[in-house]
Amino acid sequence: MTEFLNYLSSNVTPGQTGAYLWVTIYILIIFAVASVAVMAMTWLERKILAHMQVRLGPMRVGPHGLLQPIADAVKLLIKEDIIPEGADKLVFWMAPVVVVITAFTTYIVIPFGPTHAVTDMNIGILFMLGVASLGTLGIIMAGWASNSHYPLLGSLRSSAQMVSYEVAMGMAVVSAVLMTSLTGAGAYGIGATAANSIGTLSMIGIVEAQMNQHVWFIFKFFPLGFAAFGIFAIAMVAETNRAPFDLPEAESELTAGFHTEYSGFRWSLFFMAEYAAMIAVASIAVTLWLGGWLRPFPHWLSGDPWDTAFSFFPALTFFVLAGMSFRATIRMPKHPYFKIQKTGLGIFGLILGAIGLVLLVPPVRDRIQDIYWFTIKVAAFMYLYIWYRGTFPRYRFDQLMKLGWKFMIPAGIGVLIATALVGVL
Amino acid sequence: MNPVATPFFFYGLSAVAVLSAVAVIMRRNPVHSAIALIFTLLSLAGLYLMLYAPFVAGVQIILYVGGIVVLFLFVIMLINIDRMQREYQFNKQWLVALLAAALLGALFVAVYVKGQAIFPHNAVRFPEQLNTQQVGRMLYVDYLLPFEIASLLLLVAIVGAVVMAKKRI
Repeated sequence: MTEFLNYLSSNVTPGQTGAYLWVTIYILIIFAVASVAVMAMTWLERKILAHMQVRLGPMRVGPHGLLQPIADAVKLLIKEDIIPEGADKLVFWMAPVVVVITAFTTYIVIPFGPTHAVTDMNIGILFMLGVASLGTLGIIMAGWASNSHYPLLGSLRSSAQMVSYEVAMGMAVVSAVLMTSLTGAGAYGIGATAANSIGTLSMIGIVEAQMNQHVWFIFKFFPLGFAAFGIFAIAMVAETNRAPFDLPEAESELTAGFHTEYSGFRWSLFFMAEYAAMIAVASIAVTLWLGGWLRPFPHWLSGDPWDTAFSFFPALTFFVLAGMSFRATIRMPKHPYFKIQKTGLGIFGLILGAIGLVLLVPPVRDRIQDIYWFTIKVAAFMYLYIWYRGTFPRYRFDQLMKLGWKFMIPAGIGVLIATALVGVL
Repeated sequence: MNPVATPFFFYGLSAVAVLSAVAVIMRRNPVHSAIALIFTLLSLAGLYLMLYAPFVAGVQIILYVGGIVVLFLFVIMLINIDRMQREYQFNKQWLVALLAAALLGALFVAVYVKGQAIFPHNAVRFPEQLNTQQVGRMLYVDYLLPFEIASLLLLVAIVGAVVMAKKRI
């Protein structure tokens, strides 16, 4: 118990102190929040896509379709679970489990704040990329075990795509890791001193390097950091099999790709893993290039008044959300049929407002900031994913491979060499 | 942070490694063999972690599990597995196999008899926090020339593979 309470005042991650109870609590919290975030993402994706196409999207289940994810989950859980006749049962059963485990294992090194990670590893970013690459195995296993043509072709495509884009992704990541130690002469290549000139692969270490060097790595060595970030941002869409690179599930050619034969709960595991992987990859991008948990301008706008001003942002976000739902409540039709929906939405707005009020309390306000800034950056990436899906047409497979091997990988190697050169000059 | 339950994890990981290695050669279905190989490699990565070598463990996962086994599976999926399952699984080389097994057995017995004496006692142990940095220093400062020669060899192998695989260059 004392160990449990002592941790509250410590300033390292629970994994490093060996506070096992806290590690368990962190894992449970992250698992729960990630699952809820996946549900919220499915609703947001359908809503935002619908509004981009001038439709309404889900409107029936709950006010503005807010309860739609729960309805979807219930539907998937009570659906019949089918295993095809000629399927390899063991591998068929294992594939979704592998995909989900790998997607969620990466979360243990994601730094939501200087102390808010399950653990800090010396090989943090390497661990994330390695475990994420295991997800490919699950997809291959799913496609092969189904004993059907569409899944097999889909999984071949998917694994070829993931293996080729992993290389470009690795090059971009290495150039960001190089920046943790290099001072350099390029524009914005500022701040590193001899004391912190040892590079690091640890996720927390990378964010701390950006803090010490007073620059987000996207702006360091100006065009180079931006180019590496761009390569990663393209590769991460291909890596998670999302539009416009969603060839493994191109429905016009392959019905549903590698998960054609899956139904019910097993299919929902694939679905959950895809969204969890999207969040994980987006948090790599945020950690490496966008300053992780750091708020905007921590040095330029430093000092007490600015700190206080920025600490109001979390509460402000919730108040804006509450205001939006109150506005929607007022605009609901007057017909008595909408009475329950209207009250429901009003209560939802009140809950959001109450959360905002809790975030105004000074101790909470100070501790929630890191998590808030990290989450808001990841949320921006999630919106980008949906935006891509609403905007870009799907690539053809040969175009995808050409882009991957003939443009992304050479560009990645070029950026890596240029970063190293600028750094040592 | 000090490690906990070391014997438990060591024996657990070793058991998984050995059992799945046996499964690799015993299974008739090559896809099952490849999946068993993944378990062997993953438990080896766990053993590396126990030896305070996180970098080697990470590279083991990325290269072997995420790269090589994926390519294995990729190739196996394109083979006609029904025909392969009916083929005879073992080569008739029992003399060589017996010799190799006897040598390995002798090695095990020697290690068991001599115990700790054959392992170096005062090897330098780097702090876990700087493992990757130490590996980098070794490769790029202390042993730069052998490392570069090895990379040249790999390049030759890649070019050779391309030349052999492609009819018209």
